[in-house]
Formats: sequence, C-alpha cells, structure tokens
Amino acid sequence: MSGGLYSMDSREFDKTLDLTQLKPYGDTMNDGKTQLSFTLPVSASEEATEAAKQLMKKMGFENPQVAFFKELAPGFTFFNCYGSCPHTVDITTIHVPKVTSTKMDMHETDDFIRENIGRKIVVIGASTGTDAHTVGIDAIMNMKGYAGHYGLERYEMFEALNMGSQVLNEDFIAKAIELKADALLVSQTVTQKDVHIQNMTELVEMLEAEGLRDKVILVGGGPRITHELAKELGYDAGFGMNSYADDVASFIAQEMANRMKK
Amino acid sequence: MQKSKLGIDFGKVERARGVARNIALDVQKFVDNYTTVAVERTLCRLLGIDGIDADAVPLPNVVVDHIRSKGGLGEGVMFWMGNAVIATRLTPQQIAGKIAASELDITQLPANNTNEILLALKPYMDASVNRISERRARREQYLETIGEGAKPYIYVIVATGNIYEDVVQAQAAARQGADIIAVIRTTGQSLLDYVPFGATTEGFGGTFATQENFRIMRKALDEVSEEVGRYIRLCNYCSGLCMPEIAVMGALEGLDVMLNDALYGILFRDINMQRTLVDQYFSRIINGFAGVIINTGEDNYLTTADAFEQAHTVLASDIINEQLALLAGLPEEQMGLGHAFEMDPELENGFLYELAQAQMTREIFPKAPLKYMPPTKFMTGNIFRGHIQDALFNAVSIWTGQGIQLLGMLTEAIHTPFMSDRYLSIENARYIFNNMRNIGDEVEFKEDGIIRRRAQLVVDEALKLLEGMEKEGLFSALEKGMFGDVKRPRDGGKGLNGVAARGQRYINPFIEMMKGGTK
Repeated sequence: MSGGLYSMDSREFDKTLDLTQLKPYGDTMNDGKTQLSFTLPVSASEEATEAAKQLMKKMGFENPQVAFFKELAPGFTFFNCYGSCPHTVDITTIHVPKVTSTKMDMHETDDFIRENIGRKIVVIGASTGTDAHTVGIDAIMNMKGYAGHYGLERYEMFEALNMGSQVLNEDFIAKAIELKADALLVSQTVTQKDVHIQNMTELVEMLEAEGLRDKVILVGGGPRITHELAKELGYDAGFGMNSYADDVASFIAQEMANRMKK
Repeated sequence: MQKSKLGIDFGKVERARGVARNIALDVQKFVDNYTTVAVERTLCRLLGIDGIDADAVPLPNVVVDHIRSKGGLGEGVMFWMGNAVIATRLTPQQIAGKIAASELDITQLPANNTNEILLALKPYMDASVNRISERRARREQYLETIGEGAKPYIYVIVATGNIYEDVVQAQAAARQGADIIAVIRTTGQSLLDYVPFGATTEGFGGTFATQENFRIMRKALDEVSEEVGRYIRLCNYCSGLCMPEIAVMGALEGLDVMLNDALYGILFRDINMQRTLVDQYFSRIINGFAGVIINTGEDNYLTTADAFEQAHTVLASDIINEQLALLAGLPEEQMGLGHAFEMDPELENGFLYELAQAQMTREIFPKAPLKYMPPTKFMTGNIFRGHIQDALFNAVSIWTGQGIQLLGMLTEAIHTPFMSDRYLSIENARYIFNNMRNIGDEVEFKEDGIIRRRAQLVVDEALKLLEGMEKEGLFSALEKGMFGDVKRPRDGGKGLNGVAARGQRYINPFIEMMKGGTK
C-alpha cells in the first residue's frame, strides 16, 4: 500500500521545466506522478493487487502503487493507483488545428456583422439523427445561453432557429433551403459506435448532392467533437467542450465576412 | 391540516389542484373520444397476440395496420377481432397469423353486438388480466417475504446495448446496494411505432425494450433479490409512440417501475400531443392495475429551461401529471412525480433553494414516491467536483425524504456508467443517507428565511401558471411553450396519423376491468 504521509522517494532527477521533455507534475517538477483507476475482472486477492501493479508497469509507469482496492462484486475489483510516468513529449513540435477566428463578445459580434455583412445572418441548428440530447444546441442557441454566455437568439444580428432534437438530416436541409440559412449548426452528443460520424457524414453528402455545401457555413459541435474531426468530415469548424455561443458566433461572422471578400 | 415546515399555504395548493383537475378533465373529454394505433396494438397484446410475421413485423402491428388500411381503426380491434373469433372459432393469435398470411380480411365478416363480442373474447381477456394480477401478487409476495431497501430507493441505470451484458451489470449493481435497476432504451426507440421482438444484443446508448428482454432481466433480478435478501425493482420506459404497448408488456412480465409522463414525449420527442394524451391514459390504467410505480419527467424541463427561474413549471406539471394519473385510476402511492437538482453550482445559496424545493415537493405530494433526479446539465467532466455535486444532491434527498433517488454519476457527460462509477455513486449515497438519516426530523427552517420564502414563491408562481392555463387549456398551453420553453403545435409532431376518432361500435373493456386497481 502507500508509503505513508510523506514521500520518501528518491528525487534525484532534473527539476527544471523542459518543454521538449514534458511529463506529468505531482508536487515536484518532472516527478511524472500520475493518478489512475481501473477495474480488473477478477475477485480481490493479493494476486489481483500484484496484477494491477504489473499492469501499471506494462503501461510504462515506474514505482506503481495501489492506494485502494475494493471488490465491486464477485469477479470484479476496482483499483486506485499511482505511479510515475517516465515518458515525455515535446510540446514545442505539436500543431493542433484550431478555429482561427478572433473571439468577440455579443456586442462586438453584432457590430462586426452590421459593418461587414450589413444584414442579419440566418442560422439554424439541431441535434440531428436519433440524437435526443439538446443541452449542447440549447446552450449555443437559446436566448439564455449557458454559464453566462448568451445564446444566438439573443444576438441582434442573428436570425436563429433551434429545431431541437431528433431532426432528420433531410428535414434539416429542407428547413435550411426554406429559410435561406447562411449557417448550419449540428449538435451530436451520442457517440456510441461512432453513430455521430455516420450522421455528420451523411449530412455533408446530402448537402453536396443538393449543391448546397459551399453556400452554407457548416459547423459541428458536441462534447466529443474536435475542430480536427469536424474538418476531416468536411465541416468548416468543430466546437467541443468549453465552447460557448460567443465562440460559434465569432466564427460564423468572421467566416462569412471572409467569404464575401473573395 | 398538514403542518408545513416551510409555511406553505395548503389552501393555495388545493386551489392549484382544483385548477389542474379542470385542465385534466378538459383533456379527458378529448381522450374519451379517440383511440390510437398504439392503444389498439395494446389491445391485441391483451388478447394474447404476440410474435412476428415473415418480415419480422410484430403481429399486433400486422393486425392494426390491416384494420387501418380498411378504414376500420375507429371501430377498434376488439370489435373486429370479436367478430373474427365468432366467425372462425380460431384464437386471436391464429387469426393474426391468417391476416399476416393475407388469408383473412377481418373487416369483411358479419358484425355482432357488443355482448356477443365480449363473451367471445372473454377467455382471452381474462387470461391476460389474470396473468398481470399474478405478476403483481408475485411482487407483493416478495415484498412481504424478503422485503425491500429503505427509501429513498437507490436507482441506477444499465445501458450496454446487450441484454445479457445488462444482466451482469444489473446483478452487480444490486449486490452493491441498488434497489431499482433501469435498463436504458436504445437511442431512438421512442420514435419507433412498433416494439421489437425477442432478446436483443445490439443497441445505441441502451438496450431495446422488448418483452423478452423484460423477462430475461426480471428473472435475473429475482435471482439476485433472493440472494441479497432485498426485492430489486426493474424499471423501463413507457414513453414515445408505444406507451401503452410497453405498459402492457411490462405488466405481463412483472416490471415494477415505468417512466410514464403525460407530457414528456410531446415536449422532448416532438410526438403529437393528441397521440400522447390518448396513449398516456391507457398506459396509466395498465400501470395502475399492475401496481407499477410511474415516474414522470419534469426534471427534463430543467435541462432546457433554467432550474431557478422555471422551478414553478416543474411543480405545475407535477400537479397536472397527478390529476391526469388520478383520472386513469393510478393511486398516489404509485406516482413517482419527478423533480431535479439542476441549479447552476455557481449560484449563491443554490443548495438552500434546492432544499426548499425538494421539501416543498415532499409536502405537496405526501404519499407519492417522488423521483428525484441528479445534476446533469452542469456536470462538466470534472469528476471530482461532480462527485461533490452528487453528494449535495444526496444530502437534500435524505433531508427531505425523497422516494426514488436516481443516483448521479461522477462521470455524467463522459460515458455510460462503468461498474466502478456505479460503486462510487452508491457508496456516496449510502454514506450520506446513513450519516444524515434523521436530519429532517431535527432541523427546522427559519421563519421568513431564504428557504421558506423560496418555497412559498414557487407555490405562488405555480398557482398563477395553472390559473393561466385553465383559461386556455393544456393543448394551447403546450403550443405557447409553457413547459421547458418548448413550443409544440397541436397538429404537429410525430404519430398524429395514428390517431382516430372512436366509432359507434368501439369498445375497450379493459378500461373498466383495470381502472383503479385490482377489483
């Protein structure tokens, strides 16, 4: 079990931060300390605890410790573990595709649209396919917004329609044509068996078949959506966790202005 | 007169109930004149029709689609099937097989009067009703002999997509201390206008509700109930386009708890309101008769609308759900009316407001096994904070005597629960329930303090909302978006084409046989 209140581990390692050799931080630079938990499908025993430690070693951890274990049910034991990660990454060479627009607040975005577009931007959004979750699309679109960030309905220069959940892609496109939408927001929460990928891909294909793809700004969002994934699927942008209406609004306004310049 | 710890004026509550009763009676006037394809398929099942045809279409759908295609839906399955039984001397199941094989058109047979029809169908009707009564008696027998967990019942979900894997998870959860196991349905099942057949092993975000899956899970829970010495209840979802059908399948297999909200499908699944209101009535008659606790879904309003500002809409909807359920003969002891702990954790004194509302709900529905829902909207993926949010939720629940505690999971918003997530959540709840067991008996709320004022405000606003709705009726209130900020047109949404006005010869004898419990 754990080694007591104070760590007596040897601390003979370089304690200066080196971004080319980045590793986890517990309480000392470069200690590599990592916390993880998992369940093994065996009953609790000394052998099971040893198996957990050996598994940690195979994962690459040094000095693996099982701080706590509990048999959840016969044949299943839960472990809370700590270890030191010896591996490092060079963060200076990492490049992640990101939405490059400048984030503006609601008033700045409204002003930007007035000056650069000169009319309201029409946006429709939905949680499409079989997805019944509306928390994401509501957070971005509804008047009240989420966590103090007002939704698109509150913006003076957006004409926003939230179609809700379980909207079929064909109905979504029909509505886009009817309202002459400038931007489409697709929210996907359920990602089991990659159902979101199929559904998002289907929408892109249907838009292309209708000759609409280049005429609209297509945005995907959801807790498991990244900008990189959305781009891969043929979307203009993707917004994941911790993005709000401001992010989406800023992007749509600036993307539209850029397209008008071309 | 009941004494309130919150200084609630029960005169106002009774006024609100009176108003809600008028709203419910207005709905009932509509319901009594209509039927739906789902209600008629339910009647097929109550006549013993089950199984699928060569194309895997469930036979109740085959029969009802046949009748509808002949323009006979309004006369109802009982009328046509009664004539067919008299004319062919076959069983309803055999007749369904003939229809599936296109060997029989049951709308072209001699018509009989209601008495003759009821006499011909009586053996089949009695068989189903007796089986449901036996399932109910079996549950009651278990409760008398091995007993049950203390309230709040600990309610957890399983959602693997594979019924056999669900069994492993469910039995483990029961051994860890769960009292109710809910098998989450596969995404999108609520919009299927049929109930799939047989055991299933593939689902998205959940497992298909089928009668065979119900049977497999109930049997597994019987085994584990006997092992742990506590009756473990099974919950499923009686909502969507097959509300009464799922109710009857659950009743036949001894399910114990059903999500069964009068308004949820309208608001959150865009199911047509006429369809749902007709369907909910018959589904609740069946649930009432089968001794099933229903859960209502008001908690969902707070995932779309703000939990602090819209608290009164939850109370108003609970009162309407209560009145609609009473009209369907469902006793208060089976009404798991819903509410939730969904305020923004950044809100100053949010815990006090949650406490006030939970205590208020408890006092207004003293006999109901209230279903209390955990934080979901403000669960962020920070599992450590999430676990504390769930702890505060558990504290409110034991303090105010909730009935069914839908356990929050620290990994909400990340994945469907791991076995270890369920363990940590059950441990959290059991620790707090035990450690704070009698706090509600010990602590009183300050006169004119934050908590009392909050509860009184919510009651006042709910009464105001209901009085406004009484003038326009439930249908137009839903059109205006009074619940959950969601607006639904009366003739919009899914399933409207499955609604028909009842004809002259329409009968549904099960309403009489089942309404108001065992007779």
